[in-house]
Amino acid sequence: MSKEATGAKRLAEGILQGGRRELAKLITRVENANPAARLALAELYPHTGRAHIVGVTGSPGCGKSTLVNEIVKQLRAAGETVGVVAVDPTSPFSGGALLGDRIRMRDLAGDAGVFIRSMASRGSLGGLARATADVVRLLDAAGFDFVLVETVGAGQAEVDIAKAAHTTIVVQAPGMGDDIQAIKAGILEIADIFVVNKADRPGAENTRKALEMMQRLGDGGNGQERHHSRPLGSGHEAAVELPPSAMRPPRPGWEVPILLTVGIEGVGTVEVIDAIRAHVAHLHDSGELQVREAARVEAELAMMLREALLADLLNKMPAEQIDVMLARVVAREIDPYTAVDHLVKAGVNGNESG
Amino acid sequence: MTKEKIRVLIAKPGLDGHDRGAKVVARALRDAGMEIIYTGLRQTPEMIAEAALQEDVDVVGMSILSGAHMAQVPRVIELLQANGMGDAKVFVGGIIPDEDIPVLKEKGVSAVFGPGTSTILIGKIIREAVLGE
Repeated sequence: MSKEATGAKRLAEGILQGGRRELAKLITRVENANPAARLALAELYPHTGRAHIVGVTGSPGCGKSTLVNEIVKQLRAAGETVGVVAVDPTSPFSGGALLGDRIRMRDLAGDAGVFIRSMASRGSLGGLARATADVVRLLDAAGFDFVLVETVGAGQAEVDIAKAAHTTIVVQAPGMGDDIQAIKAGILEIADIFVVNKADRPGAENTRKALEMMQRLGDGGNGQERHHSRPLGSGHEAAVELPPSAMRPPRPGWEVPILLTVGIEGVGTVEVIDAIRAHVAHLHDSGELQVREAARVEAELAMMLREALLADLLNKMPAEQIDVMLARVVAREIDPYTAVDHLVKAGVNGNESG
Repeated sequence: MTKEKIRVLIAKPGLDGHDRGAKVVARALRDAGMEIIYTGLRQTPEMIAEAALQEDVDVVGMSILSGAHMAQVPRVIELLQANGMGDAKVFVGGIIPDEDIPVLKEKGVSAVFGPGTSTILIGKIIREAVLGE
C-alpha cells in the first residue's frame, strides 16, 4: 500500500473515532479529487446512510445561512449533532472564491456537536460543488445525526440539491416577481418545505399566496391525476437528466408546508424544525425514503459512469486530432457534428481515423 | 487530480469594527485564485482556531486595528498548535506598531502587512509561504 493510501486509511479511521482534524483534512482531499481519498471513501461507505440530509436552497441573500444557523441551534437544543456544508460560488475568471456563510453562523462556534465546512462550487453549475455529495458522506460517517447542505444562491434551475438531500427546503424572500414566477419550472418544484423568510417585510403574505396558488394549480402536490389535468411539474425530469423518481414532483401523502420566518430573530424556526421532523417521519412511514435513496444512488452512479467513460474516451482520443478537427471546424471545412462523430470514433477505436 | 487551491481564513479578532482592510484583502486574494473563508467581525481566538481547523486552511489572516494584537495573535497561534494546525501560516494586517512586529514574528507570525501594502504583494507572499516557492 502506498504512503498516500496508508495516510487516507488512517484519516478514515480517525474520522470514525470522532477526529475533527482528520475529518477536515479528508474533506480537503476529497475536494481536490486526491486518488487516495477514494480509498478512504470506500472504507467509510459502510458507515454512511445514518444521517438525515437536509438541503437549504434559495436566491442569494434570501437568508439561507441565517436560517441554517437557527435550524442548527434548534437541533442542538434537542440534543442532535449537526454537520453543515455551505457552498458558495467560485469565480469563473480567477478560480478563487469568497466563502462567507460562516458570518451568519457565529452562534454555532465552540460547540463540539457542530462541524461547519465552507465549499467553493469549483465550476459546478447545479448549485453544489462536484464533491459535495462525498463531503456529506464524510460527515455522515463521522456520526452527525443531521447534515445540512446550503447551496449557492440559486436562481431557477439549480436543482441538484434535490438529488443530494432527503428533505429540501426552498427559501424565498418577499418581493421577488409575480405569481407566474411561482408556476415556472425548476427550483420551486423540488421543495419538501417552503420557507418565506424576512416575513416582517412587506409582500410576505403575497409570496405565501403565490406559493399556495402554485400548489393548488398543481393539484395540491398530492399527485392524483384528475380529468384533464396532470400534476404540475410532470415531464420536466428529462431536462435535468434525472431518473423519473429522483425529482418526484408528485409527493404522495405529503403536503408541502409554507412557513413564514424572520430568520434573524428566530421567529418561526420552531415550525421549520417541526416540519423537518414531520417530513422525516413521512419518509420513513411511507417508504418514500427507500424510493428516494434508490433514485439518488441511480442518478449518482449514472453521473459517475458518465464522467468515467468521458475521461476514458478523452484519454484515448489523440490530442493532435482534436486540434486538427478544431482548426477545420473554425475554417468551416466541416461542421461540428461531423467533427464530433470523427473524434468519438477515433476514441472508441483507440486509434486515428478520418 | 484537481489543482489544489490555497485556502485562507480571514478573520477580525477583537472588538474594532473596521473591516474595510479585511474585505479588500479577501477580495484581492479571491482574485488571486484562492478560496477565502471570511468569518466577519468580533471573533475570539477560540472561534478563529476552530474555524481554521474545520475549514482546513493553509493560511490564517487576521486584521486588527484596536491594539489588541499582542494579546490576540499569540493566543490564536497557541490554539492552532494545540489543534494540530501548527503548519498553517499566520499573517497579520491592520495597525501594528513597528516595535511589535519582531515580537509577533518570534511568536510565529509569517509577515505583517500594514496600511498601504500592495494587495498583489500580499497574494505573492502568501503563495510563496504556502507553496514554499
